[in-house]
Amino acid sequence: MWSFSELTEWIDATLRSLMGDGWALFVEFVLIGVAVLVAYAVLALILIWVERKVCGFFQCRLGPNRVGKWGIFQSVADMIKILLKELIRINRSDKVLFRMASFFVIIGSICTFAAIPFAKGLQAIDFNVGVFYVLAVSSLGVVGILLAGWSSNSKYSMIGAMRSGAQLISYEISSGLSLMAIVVLSGSMQLSEIVAQQADTWFIFKGHIPAFIAFVIYLIAGHAETNRGPFDMPEAESELTSGYHTEYSGIQFGFFYLAEYLNMFIIAAVATTMFLGGWQPLHIAGWDGFNAVMDYIPSFVWFFGKTFFCVFLALWVRWTFPRLRIDQLLNLEWKVLMPICLVNLILMAIVVIL
Amino acid sequence: MTNSAVFLVVLITAFVLVGAALLIAMWLAPRSTNPLKGEVYECGIPTRGTSWMQFRVGYYLFAILYLVFDVETVLLFPWATVMRQMGTDGLICVLFFVIILALGLAYAWRKGALKWK
Repeated sequence: MWSFSELTEWIDATLRSLMGDGWALFVEFVLIGVAVLVAYAVLALILIWVERKVCGFFQCRLGPNRVGKWGIFQSVADMIKILLKELIRINRSDKVLFRMASFFVIIGSICTFAAIPFAKGLQAIDFNVGVFYVLAVSSLGVVGILLAGWSSNSKYSMIGAMRSGAQLISYEISSGLSLMAIVVLSGSMQLSEIVAQQADTWFIFKGHIPAFIAFVIYLIAGHAETNRGPFDMPEAESELTSGYHTEYSGIQFGFFYLAEYLNMFIIAAVATTMFLGGWQPLHIAGWDGFNAVMDYIPSFVWFFGKTFFCVFLALWVRWTFPRLRIDQLLNLEWKVLMPICLVNLILMAIVVIL
Repeated sequence: MTNSAVFLVVLITAFVLVGAALLIAMWLAPRSTNPLKGEVYECGIPTRGTSWMQFRVGYYLFAILYLVFDVETVLLFPWATVMRQMGTDGLICVLFFVIILALGLAYAWRKGALKWK
């Protein structure tokens, strides 16, 4: 299977032959930054279009279909439009924190985004405590959300931010514990190592029932962490207009929108990496011909196929179920998901030891 | 090339993305002032008082509980990594740890901290 490390090594060698080592390193850093930025922006555009199109089909209508073929340039047009909108300042808001909130939200999602192994040899950050890093950095978003709600000095924003904070921190426990079940199984926290271990069988098959339970819980908790679907309490538009970003306008609202969609993608990508084998092709023990055929499909096709499958699940859930109440939401986490998670973790440890 | 350096690069990238987009928007976007525009968005009548006020205690209880269980997650991750080497002994130790925490959760549940009033 072709590896992206060949490409990066070629770039490295070319740059080093052209200029000094220090400059080569600098140019590589700039290239990494630009690559992360472009991937982030393009994925956001694609995700927004996919969401609107899928939503349209779920509601028996066509969705965007005017700008370009099947409306594929709709989100580009929206992005240009949102840049041209006025940034309204609120008189009594905390101006500095109001601006800082969007920085926090984007930093939280872009730093997590860079740690995902997209294809063979294509991973920007590969810490040996990768799972820990993903959990830690992705929870920066809640700081941004609380700041946004507090600094707006508006009641809707405040209530939305408080609900969102309670919901995000609650569901973070479940997502952490369900990822821990996979760490128990693999014995490593490095994301590239975890993917490499799934070369013969994906963890969701290798881990028997506990891995499957952990997968389902991770999808539910991740879905709640993105503030979407039946868990969109913080921005319940019929009661809070739009929650913590009520007062934001123009591109500042765009940042929250962007981060929400990218977080959905990141949750799906982490689920793919941890449970569905990342970029590894589907291998079945003993079926040599089948395995050889599967190896021909490039690794990024596998990764994005599985990730968009998880994204589709998230959209399906979002447009199918009615919204929960805040007490139902917190009950679901503290009285159902977390006890199951704790038992599941011990169960996984027993399965591994036996 | 170390991971930490790349992490810094990504951090700067995020700052640049937000900063550049904000600057572009400030440059392109129209600007008009109007005393009513700066009011907070509520139901139409002038807002009463500030929103920086005391909030219900329920959120605080959940935050405390979250702290307990998140620290637990942090403590369990190292065990999860070396689970195979520690074997049954480690599992029994962690089992006691988890049982104590579960008792704490049961206590909070019984006391009504998880009830949304």
